[in-house]
Amino acid sequence: MDLSYTPEEEEFRARLREWLAKVLPTLPDRPAPEDWPGRRAYDLGWQRMLHDAGYADVHWDASPTTRLIFLEETEEAGAPYVGANFVGLLHAGPTIAAEGTAEQRARWLPPILRGEEVWCQGFSEPGAGSDLAALRTRARREGDDYVVSGSKIWTSHAEVADWCELLVRTDPDAPRRRGISWLAMPMDAEGITVRPLRTLAGSAEFAEVFLDEVRVPVANRVGAEHDGWRVTMVTLSFERGTAFVGEVLACRRVLGQLACAARENGRWDDPVLRRRLGRLEAEFRALWRLTQWNVSAAEVSGGGVPGVGGSLFKLRYSHARQDLYDAAADVLGPDRLDLDRPWVLDRLSSLSYTIAAGTSQIQRTIVAERMLGLPRGR
Amino acid sequence: MRFQLTDDQHALRAGVRQLLERRFGHEALRAAVDAPGRLDRGLWRALGEAGFFALRLPEARGGVGLGLPEAVLVFEEAGRALLPGPLVATHLAAGSVPGAATGETVVAAVDGELVEWLDGADAVLGDTSGAVPLRSLDPLTPLHRVPVAGVTDPVGSLLTAAEQLGTAGRVCELAAQHARTREQFGRPVGAFQAVQHLCADLLVRAEIARVAVYAAAVTADPADIAAARLLADEAAVRGARDCLQVHGGMGFTWEADVHLHLKRAWVRAQRGDGDTQSEELLAARLAG
Ligand SMILES: Cc1cc2nc3c(=O)[nH]c(=O)nc-3n(C[C@H](O)[C@H](O)[C@H](O)COP(=O)(O)OP(=O)(O)OC[C@H]3O[C@@H](n4cnc5c(N)ncnc54)[C@H](O)[C@@H]3O)c2cc1C
Repeated sequence: MDLSYTPEEEEFRARLREWLAKVLPTLPDRPAPEDWPGRRAYDLGWQRMLHDAGYADVHWDASPTTRLIFLEETEEAGAPYVGANFVGLLHAGPTIAAEGTAEQRARWLPPILRGEEVWCQGFSEPGAGSDLAALRTRARREGDDYVVSGSKIWTSHAEVADWCELLVRTDPDAPRRRGISWLAMPMDAEGITVRPLRTLAGSAEFAEVFLDEVRVPVANRVGAEHDGWRVTMVTLSFERGTAFVGEVLACRRVLGQLACAARENGRWDDPVLRRRLGRLEAEFRALWRLTQWNVSAAEVSGGGVPGVGGSLFKLRYSHARQDLYDAAADVLGPDRLDLDRPWVLDRLSSLSYTIAAGTSQIQRTIVAERMLGLPRGR
Repeated sequence: MRFQLTDDQHALRAGVRQLLERRFGHEALRAAVDAPGRLDRGLWRALGEAGFFALRLPEARGGVGLGLPEAVLVFEEAGRALLPGPLVATHLAAGSVPGAATGETVVAAVDGELVEWLDGADAVLGDTSGAVPLRSLDPLTPLHRVPVAGVTDPVGSLLTAAEQLGTAGRVCELAAQHARTREQFGRPVGAFQAVQHLCADLLVRAEIARVAVYAAAVTADPADIAAARLLADEAAVRGARDCLQVHGGMGFTWEADVHLHLKRAWVRAQRGDGDTQSEELLAARLAG
């Protein structure tokens, strides 16, 4: 067991730190949450800067430990969050890298890394959330195209996306999981209607996407026809396995800010609150250790697709995040009801963490059946 | 960074597990429950010979010369096996109390407001004046209460966390094992989602505690140790309770071992100052 870094890794850290110190002061403020085009431009611009400085591929090609250092340093320095690049960088891109053909990798990966194209995820449907295999969006083959009809829902960043990782049913007669395919759909294709959905936090973070006879080239299918379920499992394992890792550090920073705020408003004198923050500090320290443990395990086994351990991490982390912002409410006192105060909106947003990317109930079932080997339910 | 067990550490853990299975298997455990308050001196010396107490003493002083990570792995195994005795106190006394390192001398110590194994020990560290015996809830840990609280050594706190981790892992295995085999309504109870989810939470708590304890063993940082202690106490106590629930009526019997795990987890959680000390230490770090 070792938590120290090699000289090369430390060198990478020093170089990155120096670069961040130089460029971050030159960045403009992040646009308001409602300003979608502004946010898209901002997030892509940041990715472009990372690319030009040689850090763009850190999520895919660098060693897992290097990626960890990248997350530590960018968070420590207060660098921008991946934002609109979330799907492309953290799960669509890695899926294409793992499952796509050479042409597909050449077509889609460089623009993600260069900050030129935004991706969204069209998996869920009104009747298929946790039960993703119940999806009904149909794709019928016509020559070199699939003709797609149906609808998707809760599609984050749909309004500003160029591409969508889309799940469609290519064989309606096959058993549920057998007739699915994974497609890359251009969002500017004819027949796509995006209707923004307001979240409980007030913003239009996600959307409904209606698909009416949309033509998607067969060449855009990643993986074999009807074998999309397997590809989907790869996508989900990236989404649960590695996509939230950097956020743990952000939570630790918020916790420190909460302690300062409590000092200032006198709530720190309440031992119950103080001890609660102390316990949260233990929690986020341990979540970071879990990250280091998983990263080391991946390094030892040769990397690749994250295992079911991601479900364990996601389950614990999503609840910890909610506890963190509940504690923030206690620090704020009555101001907890004021949307203009920091953390109030974050508290609302945190409610999605136990739902999106697989609910806590679904994660528990995965942990029980796949990690503990309990018999399958139903 | 290779935050994983080394081959040597895997071998050490396997060796200790084997030794404990041989010397303190299920029958020995139940025999100890039937003869409360008596320490098996032969076993204690065997532990001494295996290096359990002298593990962290330098080789020049007759020790094994290993570090905290190894000690944590060994104490995790002791926790799994429900090994009784003032293990932490004797381990900490190796090098200062003659005979502790070899297992010839059993050393107890005041820890918080309690002393474990006061009557069974050859030497007791700390102020035991006014010690009053309690009718201990754990049949395998005799307890005295003392008026003047003793100071808790951070390393002792970490080793306690390691023992709790052993319990957490063991009760998770026991729960999953039972859930796979016990049938009701014509299927294993583990096919019921309510039971699956209890078991999943057992594993999640055990694994988060594991990484916290291992990391604290590497850094020896007091805040890491405090965090490890909080998570390991939670994983052991909560885990043993949920394991008991998964066992149903069987879990509430004296014959099942589940209650022994829960009771020991409660005893260990009381060492030092319980949760308060760790939470306050971490809070102070936050605002520092
Ligand atoms: C902020 C946010 C962003 C999202 N972004 C996207 C996106 O970009 N792309 C996308 O495709 N989707 C996205 N989603 C959708 C998300 O993946 C689904 O909401 C989620 O999988 C749950 O599905 P559902 O909403 O249909 O809930 P349901 O499946 O209807 O579940 C309702 C309740 O029943 C429980 N439940 C369901 N099945 C079981 C079971 N078998 N055992 C036990 N309990 C069960 C659930 O845990 C939940 O509590 C997003 C969701 C949110 C909140």
